[in-house]
Amino acid sequence: MLQITNLHANVGDKPILKGLTLSLKAGEIHAIMGPNGAGKSTLGYVLSGRPGYEVTEGSVTFNGNDLLDLEPHERAAAGLFLGFQYPVEIPGVSNVQFLREALNAQRKNRGEAPLSGAEFLKVAREQAGALGMDMDMLKRPVNVGFSGGEKKRNEMVQMGIINPALAILDETDSGLDIDALRTVGDGINRIMRKPGKAVLLITHYQRLLDYVKPDFVHVLADGRITRTGGAELALELERDGYKELAA
Amino acid sequence: MSDELDMRDKAAWDAAEKVADYEHGWSSDIETDFAPKGLTEDTVRFISAKKNEPEWMLEWRLKAFALWKTMTPPDWAKLNVPPIDYQDAYYYAEPKAKPKLGSLDEVDPEILRIYEKLGIPIAEQEVLAGVEGARRVAVDAVFDSVSVATTFRAELERAGVIFRSISEAIKEYPELVKKWLGKIVPMHDNYFATLNCAVFSDGTFVYIPEGVRCPMELSTYFRINAENTGQFERTLIIADKGSYVSYLEGCTAPMRDENQLHAAVVELVALDDAEIKYSTVQNWYPGDAEGKGGIYNFVTKRALCQGRNSKVSWTQVETGSAVTWKYPSCVLNGENSVGEFYSVAVTNNYQQADTGTKMIHNGKGSRSTIVSKGISAGHSNNTYRGLVRVAPNAEGVRNFTQCDSLLLGSLSGAHTVPYIEVRNPSAQIEHEATTSKISDDQMFYAMARGLNAEEAVALIVNGFAKEVLQQLPMEFAVEAQKLLGISLEGSVG
Ligand SMILES: Nc1ncnc2c1ncn2[C@@H]1O[C@H](COP(=O)(O)OP(=O)(O)O)[C@@H](O)[C@H]1O
Ligand SMILES: [Mg+2]
Repeated sequence: MLQITNLHANVGDKPILKGLTLSLKAGEIHAIMGPNGAGKSTLGYVLSGRPGYEVTEGSVTFNGNDLLDLEPHERAAAGLFLGFQYPVEIPGVSNVQFLREALNAQRKNRGEAPLSGAEFLKVAREQAGALGMDMDMLKRPVNVGFSGGEKKRNEMVQMGIINPALAILDETDSGLDIDALRTVGDGINRIMRKPGKAVLLITHYQRLLDYVKPDFVHVLADGRITRTGGAELALELERDGYKELAA
Repeated sequence: MSDELDMRDKAAWDAAEKVADYEHGWSSDIETDFAPKGLTEDTVRFISAKKNEPEWMLEWRLKAFALWKTMTPPDWAKLNVPPIDYQDAYYYAEPKAKPKLGSLDEVDPEILRIYEKLGIPIAEQEVLAGVEGARRVAVDAVFDSVSVATTFRAELERAGVIFRSISEAIKEYPELVKKWLGKIVPMHDNYFATLNCAVFSDGTFVYIPEGVRCPMELSTYFRINAENTGQFERTLIIADKGSYVSYLEGCTAPMRDENQLHAAVVELVALDDAEIKYSTVQNWYPGDAEGKGGIYNFVTKRALCQGRNSKVSWTQVETGSAVTWKYPSCVLNGENSVGEFYSVAVTNNYQQADTGTKMIHNGKGSRSTIVSKGISAGHSNNTYRGLVRVAPNAEGVRNFTQCDSLLLGSLSGAHTVPYIEVRNPSAQIEHEATTSKISDDQMFYAMARGLNAEEAVALIVNGFAKEVLQQLPMEFAVEAQKLLGISLEGSVG
């Protein structure tokens, strides 16, 4: 589904990704772990096309098509979703309005008919309900005045509504209490554990992986994948830290 | 054809016949449909005669003209306006004198694209663009809306509401007009207002009788003979005791207009317990991306909150014009009267806007709220200029002012010029101002969710302007939202 080959990328003039190769098949969940500043968020941004993140070498295909050739909104329409490490506030724009416009823009891009207000609200209600978010929060401006945990939960509600084929979740677990972690973990499984879908789960902690069992765990250090293993690798990392592995 | 339609046609073409009664000035030019180029006392006489006005009105105009000749244009605004040659313009033209186009194919494709985006039907597009034969099309195609207008008019008359062109009102309700015309914006108020007094073409008159809640929102769109009110529009709205009216002015569609200079005057008066809500969407031609062409819009709008507990609320969405000079204001004479000003002003490319409000608190316990949202993109300049004045014996006055500026790109300017003159120590005045930019984070967040760059800007800008947009009547608000997006096209790379 996603094939990343020898990816090099600069932020400004600074090389951050230095020859990263990774392959995700449909139905798989991959966890990426790694020290701070390793380039994990950069990978998410590069894959979703953030301006200022310049690919200098390598290729990325998504379902066989050149992903790097697409604008960010086209990547979203093609089925790629980025769950932000730091979700952004948009004052004056309600969650409902934001997501409805976003979803309908994606549908338009794919040549599908827009959802009516009523159809959209039905989906939004279901997804918010499943993630324990009340409707009042859906009506509030996007992320404005939300706590850290509420912002992350909101990212998952958005993912549920948009229903992407590939989700890159950047530290969705940080800032969550134990109960919220379980809710978010259940949400990821419910929305993304389906044939034809895949997840790239960026995390620092084993605890999310207790709920969302990864098929593969990768270590990203200094802009490259330095080690790949099964779920047990995460436990090892938790015990020994990254230092042992970075060598 | 029905008798009704014949009558309407007759009314529409009546003006020409009325000229037969004309006695002064250019008798040789009597057949022409427009006043010759330039501005002299004869121009003023011609306009008055064309409109078959009573003597007192002509005298009033002439007095204004004599005054205007002694005045100079204001230069305190943060605007760069090339000198205007007032002798190189026409001051009166019949509708049919407008140049016509053969078909929509001849209309600037840019304008057509905007019509399309706004979802305006073809027939209406033709009328707006001034296509040859569109008058006929218009009469046929909008015949429904004309009959709707007639129905509305009957309903309004049942309620006792007077809704006329100002020309009609001058003849039919001279006492009401005389009582208030020029009383809210005095003839000598400013250069452009004085000019308007001398040469105003037409406009709207509204009177809501005591205790009446106007049964519908009023808009020039529903006023018969509303066409071609022209560049010097004049509006007078009187809300008698305990009455309420909501008035919509303007049009979200860009209208073709040959006149570069627009100088309207709007006067509102609210008596005891009366309320007027006045909403404007201004979308005159802003000029091209290089700053060529475009309308100069010098407007004087003022409300007199004369009665106790009276209230006037101005809401404006300003996206058009090359130059906007406009300060809808409230003179709060009544005890516990309320003035509100909600404004969104967008400037892009080389547009310039200097706009704001004046809240003059003379009444005890009067309150005002000012919310101004300026959005500047391209090379444009956007200034908020506001005055809050509290008179010495006005106890217990409150004002809240919030001025927010949003910048797109790094070449545009946003300026806030608040004047506060408080002569009574009991006044509570609050002023908040912010300047922000659309952040890269916001843009990317919206784009990562599926919006393209223009959609993302439109969404963020609409969020920024929300407090103002939500003051607009529903159908206006939806169009205004689209308009904000369209006005900022090309402002993101
Ligand atoms: N906008 C930026 N400009 C310059 N350097 C940046 C920018 N964003 C990130 N970096 C640098 O890139 C490196 C990788 O950052 P990031 O991808 O956020 O790491 P991680 O998510 O793995 O903690 C860090 O050294 C960080 O300081
Ligand atoms: Mg990170």
